[in-house]
Amino acid sequence: MKSKAWTEKFMQGVFLVAACASVLAVALICIFLFANGIPAIGEIGFVKFITGDIWRPNNELFGIFPMIIGSLYVTAGAIIFGVPIGILTSVFMAMYCPKQIYKPLKAATELLAGIPSVVYGFFGLVVVVPLIREFGRTLKSLGLVDRAGDGNSILTTSLILGMMILPTIIGTTESAMRAVPAHYYEGSLALGATKERSIFRVIIPAAKSGVIAGIVLGIGRAIGETMAVIMIVGNQPRLTASILQGIRTLTGNIVLEMGYATGLHREALIATGVVLFVFILIINFSVALLKRGADHE
Amino acid sequence: MSNKMTIKDKFNTYLKHPGSFVVFLLVMLAAVITFAVLIFLIVYILVNGLPHITPSLFSLEYSSENASVVPALINTVIMTLLSLIIAIPFGIFSAIFLVEYAGKGNKFVEVIRLTTETLSGIPSIVYGLFGMLFFVNTLGWGFSLLAGAFTLSIMILPLIMRTTEEALKAVPDSYREGSFGLGAGKLRTVFRIVLPSAIPGILAGIILAIGRIVGETAALIYTAGTVAQVPTSVFGSGRTLAVHMYNLSSEGLYMDQAYATAVILLVLVVGINALSSVIARKLTKA
Amino acid sequence: MSKISIKNLDLYYSDFKALKNVNLEIEANKITAFIGPSGCGKSTLLKSINRMNDLVEGCRIEGSIELDGQNIFKGMDVNLLRKRVGMVFQKPNPFPMSIYDNIAYGPRTHGVHSKSKLDDIVEKSLRNAAIWDECKDRLKTSALGMSGGQQQRLCIARALAVEPEVLLMDEPTSALDPISTSKIEDLAMELKKDYTIVMVTHNMQQAVRVSDNTAFFLLGEVVEYNDTEKLFSIPSDKRTEDYITGRFG
Repeated sequence: MKSKAWTEKFMQGVFLVAACASVLAVALICIFLFANGIPAIGEIGFVKFITGDIWRPNNELFGIFPMIIGSLYVTAGAIIFGVPIGILTSVFMAMYCPKQIYKPLKAATELLAGIPSVVYGFFGLVVVVPLIREFGRTLKSLGLVDRAGDGNSILTTSLILGMMILPTIIGTTESAMRAVPAHYYEGSLALGATKERSIFRVIIPAAKSGVIAGIVLGIGRAIGETMAVIMIVGNQPRLTASILQGIRTLTGNIVLEMGYATGLHREALIATGVVLFVFILIINFSVALLKRGADHE
Repeated sequence: MSNKMTIKDKFNTYLKHPGSFVVFLLVMLAAVITFAVLIFLIVYILVNGLPHITPSLFSLEYSSENASVVPALINTVIMTLLSLIIAIPFGIFSAIFLVEYAGKGNKFVEVIRLTTETLSGIPSIVYGLFGMLFFVNTLGWGFSLLAGAFTLSIMILPLIMRTTEEALKAVPDSYREGSFGLGAGKLRTVFRIVLPSAIPGILAGIILAIGRIVGETAALIYTAGTVAQVPTSVFGSGRTLAVHMYNLSSEGLYMDQAYATAVILLVLVVGINALSSVIARKLTKA
Repeated sequence: MSKISIKNLDLYYSDFKALKNVNLEIEANKITAFIGPSGCGKSTLLKSINRMNDLVEGCRIEGSIELDGQNIFKGMDVNLLRKRVGMVFQKPNPFPMSIYDNIAYGPRTHGVHSKSKLDDIVEKSLRNAAIWDECKDRLKTSALGMSGGQQQRLCIARALAVEPEVLLMDEPTSALDPISTSKIEDLAMELKKDYTIVMVTHNMQQAVRVSDNTAFFLLGEVVEYNDTEKLFSIPSDKRTEDYITGRFG
């Protein structure tokens, strides 16, 4: 009997240690990123690093402002394309979809989440980039824009990222809508409101925090996406006002130059990762808050 | 006489409420766009890629002539196995701790939940950076399958934890009580009764994790490296299929092979997803 | 002429026949009570009158219901029908919005957008539902913060705001305490001056207290339909007698 009790105690300890793994992992990630990135930010100067608009490692110029703006541009673009389509599709899934085709369609949205980034990037490269290149040229020949761009652009990336965040938005919005009690919907119908009005004026407002949490998760996914983006965004570290032009994102900056960077350059890249990480932590924190809000309703 | 709305009734309703009709059309349009885009992507890649799936693509050795995918495939399998071996015990054990041992309202549980949520929100490039700083440099493993696998195992840990947790929670308490009632200890109950009933759910989660490993690129480039051969040991560098595909398409010389690799990746991912949902369906039936 | 006439109505849930050849004439400006044991079909019939059963999958109706002589299943816009035939549910179901927006939801749905008109409607409806004094100072606060009885009167006010002709009440007091219940009953008796009310109730005393006519349902059939006083004092059917004297559950 004694040995049995000992085994129980021992295994409980093992489970506890295993449970600490995720805590340890987060701690290690924070420590290693900050310890390797912050000295570089100190050396370059925080303000110069964040707001400097020239990135020229050979001249020891490390301003990541263009990349911050670049990440924000493509994320905003992804939201513009992805959120309306995602929310409307989840309305379809939750309220209109015939039972017979629900399962295959649900599986399809999950598949959308499972397709690897490189495949999205590749699809963007071979299909969307040429389309946008033609689009730019047409606009230029009509005299609407000054420069046509080569198709690797903010617009292209926004389209692909919009597609990539669809499953995130559909998943969370649909389950938030399903969590809204049926009697709200019935109450609205009983007042003579149409199905559409009942959905958009009662169900979606009632599911608001879930919907917003989905959008914020989508923002997190878009801002952190790397491989699909570097294949189609052009990667020029510059500020531009045209969505037909290429830019570079924070994520792209890291992958593109880490392979050959040394010294301060290398540390500046890690510091770029730190900035990205801080963005993500803020986003995670907002999602956690929103979820808590949703639970309280 | 019937209460069912005919198409004509619906039409009349929408005639009286044009705003609702527009909204209805937008909903349908959005659904069509979502699914049409997905189908287009899959069909486009299959149509353009299938013709390039040739015997030379499957040569045992990679060379610049054949751009064979075989080494990458083998590396992917090794990488998947290694990552799972590391992540599964941690994932399952911590889920057991959370569900079976930790009391409700435990502060430590809150901390674990917060950290797993944080982990699942971290983009893969940040994992890649961390893996490079910690496993590659600090531990001195260099670019290696092992460094890649450890990095990926942290990445898939929250996924395995969450699915296992849900599967354990779905096991009815009456099972546990039945086992305790027979005088079995907690440990025996967990391993003999609870865990076996939760296996389909856990498996579905593991398969989803495999899907993520197979599709991962950004976390591997600077941890496992990009060597196009199968290394002789886990301390050697090797590229997985997704990394292979990235290299092919970014070099621009091997577009045909890139198409073919995209087909293989897609087929793998579709298969993995299907398998996972089949298992999950078994779970709901049981 | 009766307000609502139900003729040869059969209702099926897939294969199950929930209502069998129901014929009822419901009089205007009266309160008609539907009584009977659970599962007898009284709520099902109530929900057929504003076609809320359309939402139930596999629900099929044969026969007709006429509102002022017009068949509601034929050529009538269902949204318009529901505007004319308002409903109060068993469990109070205010929307998660402010009290004001709850009341204004219906009028807005039917095209009223002027602020002053809405203000008038909100006040009038809340007054009619005898709840104005309790909530006039917090119209902008969430309706979910009210007590159950207040919520139910709010739901009645919400139904009144679209100016219906008929008010269907599906066990409106079953979730409420006695004081709230008596408030709702008083309100119903007040409202029948302007509206035709049909009320499903589990509580026979309630039917006696408030209703003018009563229909007794059993196993999907109307066993007896009569003036409330007569039905409860000299029931003509043995089964009615058994039920009102408490031999059915």
